[in-house]
Amino acid sequence: MEQLKTIGRELALSSQVGWGSSKEFLDLVKAIGEAKSKAEEERIIIADIELLRKKIGEPDVPRRKMKEYIIRLVYVEMLGHDASFGYIHAVKMTHDDSLLLKRTGYLATTLFLNEDHSLIILIINTIQKDLRSDNYLVCCAALTAVCRLINEETIPAVLPQIVDLLSHQKEAVRKKAVMALDRFYQRSPSLVSHLIPEIRQKLCDRDPSVMSAALCALFDMITAESEPFKNLTGSLVSILKQVVEHRLPKLYDYHRTPAPFIQIKLLKILALLGSGDKHTSENMYNVLGQILTKGDPSTNIGNAILYECVSTLSAIYPNQKLLQHAAELTAKFLKSENHNSKYMGIDALGRLIKINPECAEDHQLAVIDCLEDPDDTLKRKTLDLLYKMTKSSNVDVIVDRMIGYMRTISDAHYKTDISSRIIELAERYAPSNHWFIQTMNQVFEFAGDLVPAKVAHDLMRLIAEGAGGEDEDADNQLRSSAVESYLQVLGEPKLPSVLLQVICWVLGEYGTADGSHSADYIIGKLCDVAEAHPGDNTVKGYAITAITKICAFEKGAGRKVGLTSECRSLIEELSTSHSTNLQQRAYELQALLGLNDETVATVMPMDASCEDIEVDKSLAFLNAFVKSALEKGARPYLSESERLSIGGITTLASSNNQNDLSHSLRFEAYERPQLPVPSLSSFQPTVVREFEDQRTTNNNLRATYAGHSTSMTDTQLVNTEAASLRLDGIQKKWGRPTYNNTPASSTSSADRGRSAAGNSPAEFSKDEPVESSLKSAVESRYVTSRKQRPEISEEKQKLAASLFGGTFPKSQSSSRSSGSTGKVSKSSHSRSQAPHIGANEQSAQMRSANSSTSIDKGHEKSLPVSQNLATPDLLDLGDGDSAGPSSDPFKQLEGLLEVPSTAMPSKPVIPQQVPDLLSLYESTPSSGSPSINLIG
Amino acid sequence: MAIRFILLVNKQGQTRLAQYYEYLTLDERRALEGEIVRKCLARSDNQCSFVEHRNYKVIYRRYASLFFLVGVDGDENELAILEFIHCVVETMDRYFCNVCELDIMNHLEKAHFILEEMVMNGCILETNKSNILAPIQLMDKSS
Repeated sequence: MEQLKTIGRELALSSQVGWGSSKEFLDLVKAIGEAKSKAEEERIIIADIELLRKKIGEPDVPRRKMKEYIIRLVYVEMLGHDASFGYIHAVKMTHDDSLLLKRTGYLATTLFLNEDHSLIILIINTIQKDLRSDNYLVCCAALTAVCRLINEETIPAVLPQIVDLLSHQKEAVRKKAVMALDRFYQRSPSLVSHLIPEIRQKLCDRDPSVMSAALCALFDMITAESEPFKNLTGSLVSILKQVVEHRLPKLYDYHRTPAPFIQIKLLKILALLGSGDKHTSENMYNVLGQILTKGDPSTNIGNAILYECVSTLSAIYPNQKLLQHAAELTAKFLKSENHNSKYMGIDALGRLIKINPECAEDHQLAVIDCLEDPDDTLKRKTLDLLYKMTKSSNVDVIVDRMIGYMRTISDAHYKTDISSRIIELAERYAPSNHWFIQTMNQVFEFAGDLVPAKVAHDLMRLIAEGAGGEDEDADNQLRSSAVESYLQVLGEPKLPSVLLQVICWVLGEYGTADGSHSADYIIGKLCDVAEAHPGDNTVKGYAITAITKICAFEKGAGRKVGLTSECRSLIEELSTSHSTNLQQRAYELQALLGLNDETVATVMPMDASCEDIEVDKSLAFLNAFVKSALEKGARPYLSESERLSIGGITTLASSNNQNDLSHSLRFEAYERPQLPVPSLSSFQPTVVREFEDQRTTNNNLRATYAGHSTSMTDTQLVNTEAASLRLDGIQKKWGRPTYNNTPASSTSSADRGRSAAGNSPAEFSKDEPVESSLKSAVESRYVTSRKQRPEISEEKQKLAASLFGGTFPKSQSSSRSSGSTGKVSKSSHSRSQAPHIGANEQSAQMRSANSSTSIDKGHEKSLPVSQNLATPDLLDLGDGDSAGPSSDPFKQLEGLLEVPSTAMPSKPVIPQQVPDLLSLYESTPSSGSPSINLIG
Repeated sequence: MAIRFILLVNKQGQTRLAQYYEYLTLDERRALEGEIVRKCLARSDNQCSFVEHRNYKVIYRRYASLFFLVGVDGDENELAILEFIHCVVETMDRYFCNVCELDIMNHLEKAHFILEEMVMNGCILETNKSNILAPIQLMDKSS
């Protein structure tokens, strides 16, 4: 490749001998450069660290030498070793009189230290002095350091001087002063908010660079809050217009494109200002249109601007004409052979579908190509797009794709990301509970412990609550299928802890419910789980509790429970466990087995996980006990607030009193006083514990179990007291308010069916009134695309059909619409998912049938049109050729490289031109409105 | 903030220049550089020049044995950054007259100064090559 030559051919022989560097330094650099491996590099650096340690501290190191040492320190840190022993020398070098050494000192300091480092304080004074320097280059060096080293506390120390520098005569200083203020704004907006008018003023500075710096600063401010800056729109638009019309000096061009980075910054700001604001947006349409038509799609930088323009258009108040243009551009991006352009196209499409969800349909095949591309970046971006266009009709296909992708990756960060997206989509659009459970199982299987515990709890709750009550049969069926699928999953090796917890809980609740599995079988499975995960106490806790439940159900049903030896040994093992939690569970199981059947049936009724447990919060059943205690001379109970109002000493006394009641010694940590503990919790539960009444034990047990099923994450809550403290939370045992949304949507699957049915007629009716011209255009485009790519596989079309819903062929006959709506509405009644899917498949078939007819029709009717449409495609190809857009700039660079010797002599010419061009620019603000607008 | 870091790494994975616009510890930097270079090296020429890594998007461009990598956050125009890299290379090229890896290594501070002029606070501040190089050339003359 050509670009390889750029640096490559010079690699071996350095073009210049280092300007005045010592041989020692050059040798070191050479050695690092020639190191063949990381290990060799490491050795060189470690040797150098030793050397530097000795030498850098010597007295009277020559300043030039010191500069080399500092740069060697930079190398040491850059290659991953600690150079903190030399930081102080870098700080010292900032005091140097020589500009080069000073700037090197500042550079090293910014590379070594973060703004909160303790050495920073030593540098503030130097910065202050340098900001006042007569030499503007010294000012610039100090300002650069300010942007890196000043933290919130030290801002006031330099702020006044920086404000002074805003009106420095040198534009380089003004520019950096603006950036310093920008930095302060990022750190602490309130400290510089009074300077915002000054920064706005800088927009009409006569130097374009200062204006560009002001844009950077304003961008940050407008991102935080756009309202106060709305009145800048006019000025910004006029600046953008001037840039686009090439009225900045040529020196700002990049490959003949006028100041592209300034254009992009402006477009970003306009997008913020125009978002959801019709009036402001209207001011921009003109210039945005200008950019779209003037843009050069043959270069990367031209495409960068066009892309930014598309994303601005999709952010501001929509303008149909311009959006149409944007959609065409996006289509061009997508059709490009260049992967970078495709990537931008997918991104742009993702922005456009927010405004117009239909526009994705024209590009379905391009999207699917990207989805199946081996390029991982492109694939991810496309999955992002699919995520944005998910609806209930295509959720199963999209989630399936995402899971398929998740299976292939190992990067934990992205896995977490994608699994949370899958969960979100599944919760929002799940076509059926059964599907939801299956999907969740897959997520747990592949993303394992990256999934938050909340998701597992939600899933358990869904299985427990089912569709919402009336249809008990369907719920039972759901549970049976869940049990079956989990028994199957258990056969697989290495399951993540979260999934095992869910499995144990479901098996415990419903393993024996439908009678197809014997209690012994389920208990055996649960024992296996516990034994296979000796290190995971949470899973073991779930397993033993599940066994307890199964035993209780058996006993409750009047059957005899004979535990296998395997199970007995498990119980024994757990009752001597180091975890008190597990111990307690094991003992509870044993206690339960000793109770009589009726008691057990009351303590642990069948399928009661959803039932509210009534808690007698006033603990009225204890009245007799309390009364007798009072008669024996015990102090009456005071609520916490009462105790606090009495004052410190009495509080102490009463807490002593409390201790007397429970233990003589307290082992647990003292409660934090500010903790908002409900008043009864601190005192009464201890009484409960003392109270050896069968009834309360029962209550306690039930509470504990309820606690289990709710939040096993809190397994570390070990003692009974903690468990009884939880009585309070039991009413809302599943905790998360968000969960309520899920069952709400899943309970009303009838509703969903209805809405699906409601959707589809809308879609069809939308199709029908399409203007015939547009329709035929779309049709013919479809036809041409078919003709161009005869190799499009059946599979892809199917995928397209299922992803993009019933819109693939635009010429749907009305008969189909009536037919399939009937189908959908029927399925909504039966509330089972099968007919729905059936409808999907059927429509896909119908679609392919229809599409073939539409091709026939299209052939005669719209052949001329299709030729017309084909031309842009040809042009596209031409673009791709002539551009080879990525290689082009390099060639230009080659050109640059070829002539450096000639470029040097021609240099004196440039300064001559500069004032000319600058004056050109200077004249523009006065002709344009910004200065006037701004002051107002 | 847009640009989070700029890295020059050769294809052996050895860092040649590193500029971070947010603070990372030495270990974090080391890990990040290693992982990113591995990812970029595994990609072929006709694939995208963009790679997602953790919460960064990395835009890279290869010149001979040197990778120029720019890490940005969420909402950045990738194509523009790609061209910005080229602008950096052109600027260095003008300063060093045919820049090569060894030039950057021998004059690490100069390469940093060029970047300091072009990027501040993670923003692209200056792409006018005369404006970028003027202060550096003046400094060279004075010393």
